Amino acid sequence: MAPLLQVSNLNAWYGESHVLHGVDMTVGEGETITILGRNGVGKTTTLRTIVGIIRERKGEIRFAGKDMLGVPLHRTAHNGIGFVPEERGIFSTLTVEENLMLPPVVAEGGMSLEEIYELFPNLEERRSSPGTKLSGGEQQMLAIARILRTGVKLLILDEPTEGLAPVIVQRIGEVLKTLKERGMTVLLVEQNFRFASRVADRFYLMDHGRMVANFPVGELPGKMDMLHKVLGV
Amino acid sequence: MTMIFGIPLQAFLGQLLIGLINGSFYALLSLGLAVIFGLLRVINFAHGAQYMLGAFAAMLMLEYFGINYWVALILGPIVVGLFGAIIERTMLSRLYDLDPLYGLLFTFGLALTIEGTFRYLYGAAGQPYAVPAQLAGGTNLGFMFLPIYRGWVVVVSLVACIGTWLLIEKTKLGAYLRAATENPVLVQAFGVNVPVLLTLTYGLGAALAAFAGVLAAPIYQVSPLMGTNIIIVVFAVVVVGGMGSIMGAIITGYMLGIAEGLTKVFYPEASNIVIFVIMAIVLLLRPAGLFGRDA
Repeated sequence: MAPLLQVSNLNAWYGESHVLHGVDMTVGEGETITILGRNGVGKTTTLRTIVGIIRERKGEIRFAGKDMLGVPLHRTAHNGIGFVPEERGIFSTLTVEENLMLPPVVAEGGMSLEEIYELFPNLEERRSSPGTKLSGGEQQMLAIARILRTGVKLLILDEPTEGLAPVIVQRIGEVLKTLKERGMTVLLVEQNFRFASRVADRFYLMDHGRMVANFPVGELPGKMDMLHKVLGV
Repeated sequence: MTMIFGIPLQAFLGQLLIGLINGSFYALLSLGLAVIFGLLRVINFAHGAQYMLGAFAAMLMLEYFGINYWVALILGPIVVGLFGAIIERTMLSRLYDLDPLYGLLFTFGLALTIEGTFRYLYGAAGQPYAVPAQLAGGTNLGFMFLPIYRGWVVVVSLVACIGTWLLIEKTKLGAYLRAATENPVLVQAFGVNVPVLLTLTYGLGAALAAFAGVLAAPIYQVSPLMGTNIIIVVFAVVVVGGMGSIMGAIITGYMLGIAEGLTKVFYPEASNIVIFVIMAIVLLLRPAGLFGRDA
């Protein structure tokens, strides 16, 4: 079966700086994929290039069989790709509920507001508060929750646990498992290795702007030496 | 004769009314400027010219097509709004990636071009536009005489300001606008066509200016320079209210109009500068403006 997302020989630039040097990866439907790598190797750039925020790009990005390279940024979500940025992007002039309702619904199959409040009860309690008055953990929940309404097929998360307390990290892990049970495909970048090993089906290891390894979670114990070497941990 | 602070009550209330009318125009115009600056980060120097275009649209529609005031009040803003949208799409949008100074210079040049063209075509002298028959005359309130048209201007401006505020604060489109003001790239990644939103916003801002222009046509004479005369004051209003603050622009518009009117009662010599003095004080004490986000 063809993968949901196929990236081949993807190159990207920030101005004159060549950041991605031929990224190859595939994400199958229903899989949870984690990209590991040190700071500055191009993990966030990979996600932002797939989404279409970085426009100086070459190579191939196919999503559900469609070539995404020529698709304008505002059509990415309509094609089924949802993005939660590292900085979460909660809007301070919008309430929690306005933040939740902001992204347009692009396809059937997204969660209803009631389902979202069931999954994230804190958000319902604070539905009228300004979005940025929430704690860091609640903001991350809100950032994920608002994409779940839209009906996208692929959820792209950039470092969802960064700067969060262990109890919140655990909660986000539970949410990702729930999404997996519902058949959501997830691609995430993560520095928290323990968290990543709990949620991922498969890993990509990134170094110097390209993928250097790709293995399922079952092979993790045998890859520890390589991980220590590439990640420097 | 009833006196208030040593001034006859009628003179006091008369100036208060004039202040309120000027304030209505300040509010409508500064609201449009604030909406445009909030989302596009462009200081729209062409706003005065768009106000003037509204007044001319009403006059020319009447002259050439016999279109009355009421229809012009709807059609004028639509025509000028469309003109604004075309300008944004074809020219202004090319400047977004450059220093904001380019947007300011472009709109300044646009204002000069529009005003110059109208001066060439119609001369610098003002031309009259009659008050619609339904709003002619006045009514005696007992303590003062109220021209009906001026009362209408105050009421309809207030309705337009509140309507615009509701559109921005209480609708889905408004939520997109507010969110795009903060993070346009993310809003676009969510599936919202932000470039179209920018075009709509500039068109809306221009339409608001034209709406004020049509309202102003029967009060002030229709002249190519009418925008230039008011726009500097309106910029001061926006600065005092806080750049980009919608409610700030509305409240400050009325507040400064009234302050200007009352200064005419108590110290007429200062009435032309009072708004700028207030602006200087506000800039010194609260640089973000009275209602600005950092204030």
